Amino acid sequence: MDPSLLTDTAEGPALLGSRCSDCGAHTFPRQGGCPRCTGADMQDVPLARTGTLWSFTTQGFRPKPPYTGTEAHEPYAVGYVELPGQLLVESRLTEADPDRLEIGMPVELALVPFRDVPDDADGPVHTFAFVRSTP
Amino acid sequence: MSGVAIVGIGMHRFGRTEGVSGRAQAVHAARRALDDAGLRFSDMQFGFGGSHSAGDADTLVSELGLTGLPFINVANGCATGGSALIAADAAIRSGTHDLGIVIGFDKHPRGAFDTDPADHGIGSWYGETGMMVTTQFFGMKIQRYLHDHGIKPDVLAEVSAKAFRNGARNPMAWRRKEMAAAEIAAAPMISHPLTQYMYCSPAEGAVALVLCRAEDAHHYTDRPVYLAAATFRSRRYGSFEVFSPWLALDRADSPTVEASAAAFAAAGIAPSAVDVAQIQDTESGAELMHMAETGLCAHGEQEELILSGATAIEGRLPINTDGGCLANGEPIGASGLRQVHENVLQLRGDAGEHQVPGNPQVGFTHVYGAPGISACTVLTREEPS
Ligand SMILES: [Zn+2]
Repeated sequence: MDPSLLTDTAEGPALLGSRCSDCGAHTFPRQGGCPRCTGADMQDVPLARTGTLWSFTTQGFRPKPPYTGTEAHEPYAVGYVELPGQLLVESRLTEADPDRLEIGMPVELALVPFRDVPDDADGPVHTFAFVRSTP
Repeated sequence: MSGVAIVGIGMHRFGRTEGVSGRAQAVHAARRALDDAGLRFSDMQFGFGGSHSAGDADTLVSELGLTGLPFINVANGCATGGSALIAADAAIRSGTHDLGIVIGFDKHPRGAFDTDPADHGIGSWYGETGMMVTTQFFGMKIQRYLHDHGIKPDVLAEVSAKAFRNGARNPMAWRRKEMAAAEIAAAPMISHPLTQYMYCSPAEGAVALVLCRAEDAHHYTDRPVYLAAATFRSRRYGSFEVFSPWLALDRADSPTVEASAAAFAAAGIAPSAVDVAQIQDTESGAELMHMAETGLCAHGEQEELILSGATAIEGRLPINTDGGCLANGEPIGASGLRQVHENVLQLRGDAGEHQVPGNPQVGFTHVYGAPGISACTVLTREEPS
């Protein structure tokens, strides 16, 4: 996956966002200007690794390019995860069954394989996703 | 300041017309609108128009006539037609011109719209990992909306069923076959909770309108329809829009809310006075959300209105009487003007089998689209004071 999206923390990998020094607004991925107060003093900040599911949906057919996921379509879900005090981040979800997803459920960040592995590759291509967290 | 009237309307049938280019459909619509007003292209003092993927509107003059008029291309996604109309409105209202034409047309290939994250300032990872898909946005938006307002998802199939019922009554519609709500609900799931028949499809078509100073309207028609307001707004920080890798914790209203309120304020007409409304129904959840965002009803009130038939042609708040995007498809450049065309038919009493009964006096139109824009009009039978 795009390495600029991630950073390492003591708890494990986290998404890397920006925080506005002037108004505290967060963005993901990082950006140089603040869409909230129009300031331009943005600092890199690791985003929370846990949050709650804010909304979700499923992907019933294989998207057209530029999608590069597995050739044989495996339905997947996406959602917005509320990271407290920061933002809502859009992400794939590891659970693809809408009946097992609910708004408000606790989730945590995971790195998951999502693409067929080319013969010459070292290993599976990963992306970020959120998985239901067990209390 | 002059008021503005619509004195000619023309349309090329929406749907798929093999072998006829988008430009040819635009020329067809323009000629119909000119005929409707009893005018020639040489009478036009200006043109505004656009398409998303069928060519530049200003090149239509090679077919319509090289008269030297200022013809300005408009490119504003789903609001292309609305933006062309706003430009025409300003040109006439300001006194710059007396009479002119707006044209919206399009012809899209089958299947979903192509999207390149770079066009939206987003990294390639967003498309590669399967999140740059418009249908997902609509699924997530309505999922949250239903949750927030305690609305059962069953109503979504009813919205589509109404669209196809209205389409069956409209000879210009693309999809003219009724479909039961149960069949719509049981269709393949595209993006939960929205099934295949709850989404509109990219399509083809063209609409043209001839507009003039309100005081001149009776020179061209005995049944002018007045453009009481035409407005456009873009998104604020915190609104929930398509292709957003992140959203702010602060929630803001959709641009629909501001564009609608501005239109009603400019017209001096309350949403409760609307007799017929055409609102953006890219998918059935959009119609439901937009009913409240435009001020036509309160949030949470939609379920009862839809299930009771209030939004049907014979109901007290008829919505998308021509079948909307769901039954007509969405040629992006033409869609907003289709709504105005339909309301002019309704206010003239010319809508035939899909005519709203009771001599409607006030029409409202609303488009909404990427990247968070909305354009609205208020149309009236009586000349605004
Ligand atoms: Zn800021």
